[in-house]
Amino acid sequence: MEFSFTNEEQTFREDLRAFLRNELPRGWTGGREDWDNDVFPVAQQMRKKLAARGWLTMGWPREYSGMGAGPVAQAIFGEEMLYHRAPGRDQFGLRMLGPTLMLFGTEEQKREHLPRIAKGERLWCQGYSEPGAGSDLASLQTRATRDGDDYVVSGSKTWTTGAHRADWMFLLARTDPAAPKHKGITFLLMDMRSPGVSVRPLVNMVGDHAFNQVFFDDVRVPCTNVVGETNRGWYVAMALLSFERSGVEHVGAARRLLDDITRAARETLRDGRPLTADPIVRHKLAERAVETQVARALAYRVAWLQSKGQVPAYESSVSKVFGTELNQRIANTGMQVLGLHAQLEKGSPRAVLDGVLRSYYLYTVAPTLYAGSSEVQRNIIADKGLGLPRA
Amino acid sequence: MDLSLTEEQEMLKKMARDFLDREAPKSYVRAMEEDERGFTPETWEKIAGLGWLGLALPEKYGGSGGGFLDLCVLLEEMGRALLPGPFFSTVLLGACTLLEAGSEEQKKEILPRVARGERIMTLALTEPSATWEAKGVHLKAKAKGADYILDGTKLFVPDAHVADDIIVVARTGRSAKPENGVSLFLVSGKAPGITHTVLKTIASDKQCEVVFDGVAVPARSLVGVLNKGWPVVEKTLQRAAVAKCAEMVGGAQRVLEMTVEYAKQRVQFGRPIGSFQAIQHYCANMVTDVDGARFVTYEAAWRLQEGLPCAKEVSMAKAWTSEAYRRVTALGHQIHGGIGFTKEHDMQLYFRRAKAAELAYGDADFHRERVAQQMGL
Ligand SMILES: Cc1cc2nc3c(=O)[nH]c(=O)nc-3n(C[C@H](O)[C@H](O)[C@H](O)COP(=O)(O)OP(=O)(O)OC[C@H]3O[C@@H](n4cnc5c(N)ncnc54)[C@H](O)[C@@H]3O)c2cc1C
Ligand SMILES: Cc1cc2nc3c(=O)[nH]c(=O)nc-3n(C[C@H](O)[C@H](O)[C@H](O)COP(=O)(O)OP(=O)(O)OC[C@H]3O[C@@H](n4cnc5c(N)ncnc54)[C@H](O)[C@@H]3O)c2cc1C
Repeated sequence: MEFSFTNEEQTFREDLRAFLRNELPRGWTGGREDWDNDVFPVAQQMRKKLAARGWLTMGWPREYSGMGAGPVAQAIFGEEMLYHRAPGRDQFGLRMLGPTLMLFGTEEQKREHLPRIAKGERLWCQGYSEPGAGSDLASLQTRATRDGDDYVVSGSKTWTTGAHRADWMFLLARTDPAAPKHKGITFLLMDMRSPGVSVRPLVNMVGDHAFNQVFFDDVRVPCTNVVGETNRGWYVAMALLSFERSGVEHVGAARRLLDDITRAARETLRDGRPLTADPIVRHKLAERAVETQVARALAYRVAWLQSKGQVPAYESSVSKVFGTELNQRIANTGMQVLGLHAQLEKGSPRAVLDGVLRSYYLYTVAPTLYAGSSEVQRNIIADKGLGLPRA
Repeated sequence: MDLSLTEEQEMLKKMARDFLDREAPKSYVRAMEEDERGFTPETWEKIAGLGWLGLALPEKYGGSGGGFLDLCVLLEEMGRALLPGPFFSTVLLGACTLLEAGSEEQKKEILPRVARGERIMTLALTEPSATWEAKGVHLKAKAKGADYILDGTKLFVPDAHVADDIIVVARTGRSAKPENGVSLFLVSGKAPGITHTVLKTIASDKQCEVVFDGVAVPARSLVGVLNKGWPVVEKTLQRAAVAKCAEMVGGAQRVLEMTVEYAKQRVQFGRPIGSFQAIQHYCANMVTDVDGARFVTYEAAWRLQEGLPCAKEVSMAKAWTSEAYRRVTALGHQIHGGIGFTKEHDMQLYFRRAKAAELAYGDADFHRERVAQQMGL
């Protein structure tokens, strides 16, 4: 057993940290969502610089435009980026589509897309959810009908993060309406500039424009853009979700938030004494720190399994549920500890932590829903991890 | 990063599971709760025969030179089986402390005999104040001629009733800082002036009240340096806390397996209760607790073994695992329904031990405070 990182991994972490300290704008406090107006230009700059160093795809194999450093390095990248609240990753291309294409894509698809993801030139969005298909993803209704060498796509996707910024979308569409629910779905790659695609902004509770509703009005997609087999897209879609759920990002974010709250609590005086002199505050913060240690172990376990060539099953779900729920607990603890000041927005003269805590508290509502809600993850753990009988 | 066990550790684990299944079935565990000694000499001899008592002792003292992680792998299996007896006190509290701080003469005399199963050891630390901190040490050791005279009461001393050697933590000097002026003495468990009473505990383990009434020990029974014993105790407490976590991980894993098995078989409303989502989500929470506990425990154990700074990780492991084991057994009960509340069922054995293990070597609150200190709060 060996809990340390290799020298190369450690060096990479330190180089990346130094880079982020130098390259992020002065006084940068994030930015959880890259796609909002305030953040997007910074994200684009950072992406180019990270790509130039090969760091975006540090962990990818060399034959696919990566640096061959493996899943643990890729996890370190995710953890540090989130710890620094650094924009610029394009998680849809890097973490989800890239590895999925490596498994299921044709040579042509790999050659077309992987280098562009690695260079940060082509941004992706995920067209899974629909107004009537959330957790029950397989009930999706968007249709793709064969017409010569093309599919003609019609329907609508919702909650599509970054659709207004993305160059391409990977989406699920129903290609055989007569087949059983899971058997008539195909995984497609669509150029967002195709005629018939329109994007309607949805503003989230934090006040940012990050997700959208997307409409397809007879959009033509060449058949060469099918990933895997026609009508067997469900398996491709599920493999992609397992990459999405690994969870180390949540740990990076959690550690940073807890560090910030801890610092603020130490510096905030009440009746002349720091908040951290209060045993209740000390214990709440310590409890969150213990949980963060647990979350980190669970997340790196996923990367470690991947590095041994295994495909994590229930382990990613464990990491995702624990990491996302932990972020909610930390944000809530922060609001309670820092009290009235914590509700103030960025820019408010009396805001604590530059309003980050307030927006973070609002944001933590979402990760227990997206990429499969906590309830759905627990179903997966019970089913795939423990073999409990189905209802 | 490598989170797997070595081949040798896998073998040790398998051997331990086979042996404990055979030699320490639940009938034995139950019988030993009632037994005055709490274990049988036959089982103890077999354990010694397997080399487990000397597993983590250097070869020159009759051990096999294993590391702390090996010991934790073994303890995880012992915790899974709920093995009764003085293994923990002899090895973790006694032998490891002596190895850390004892003189060459003391080590040569005692450790090979521990490895052979000829000597049972323990550590007498806590007192009626029941704290794990130096300020709780009041038992007096006064120099008198060539001897020290020990007076005072120790409480919650595991297995003192059968111990051949007790390492006694005593106050030898007054100072503004309670950490100064603490010394360790190696005392025969049968020395005149010592009396012990076995306490009736929640886990039916053998924790004792030990009264020292003018117990005379020669100066050469000092372990380590006079008045500088506390750092040694701290080290022992760290090892004991992590070792206890390893036991808890094993117990929690067993409860999880037992409960999932039951949920698959027990039918209510015409279907296995494991198909109800409420039960499934309880089980998912259990597995998260168990997996989390295993990794934080092994990370702390690994740091201890490698000699890296580990105060924070040790306290994190004990804080988390203490509560995780309790939560897992509580959910195990919920899922078992009425049957688990009976004495015949094994659930109660785990539920009672989970609480005792939580309290030992600092509960979650105690360790959270330590984490807070390590965080610079
Ligand atoms: C910020 C954000 C960004 C997103 N980005 C994208 C994106 O880029 N692309 C994309 O495709 N989607 C995206 N989503 C959509 C996300 O994947 C869905 O929100 C998610 O799948 C849940 O679906 P729903 O919102 O329709 O809720 P529902 O499925 O209606 O669920 C509502 C509640 O019912 C519970 N529930 C549902 N089914 C079960 C069950 N079987 N057992 C127990 N409980 C159940 C859920 O857990 C939840 O608590 C995003 C969502 C958010 C919030
Ligand atoms: C101390 C004690 C005293 C008792 N005294 C009496 C008494 O005097 N008279 C008497 O008649 N009975 C008595 N009982 C029995 C008691 O009513 C049952 O234990 C109780 O009804 C649960 O049944 P069970 O133990 O068979 O568990 P089960 O019904 O097998 O339940 C096991 C688990 O499955 C869950 N489960 C079952 N069905 C569902 C469902 N549909 N959805 C979700 N989860 C489900 C349960 O909540 C539980 O977690 C007593 C029990 C105890 C512990």
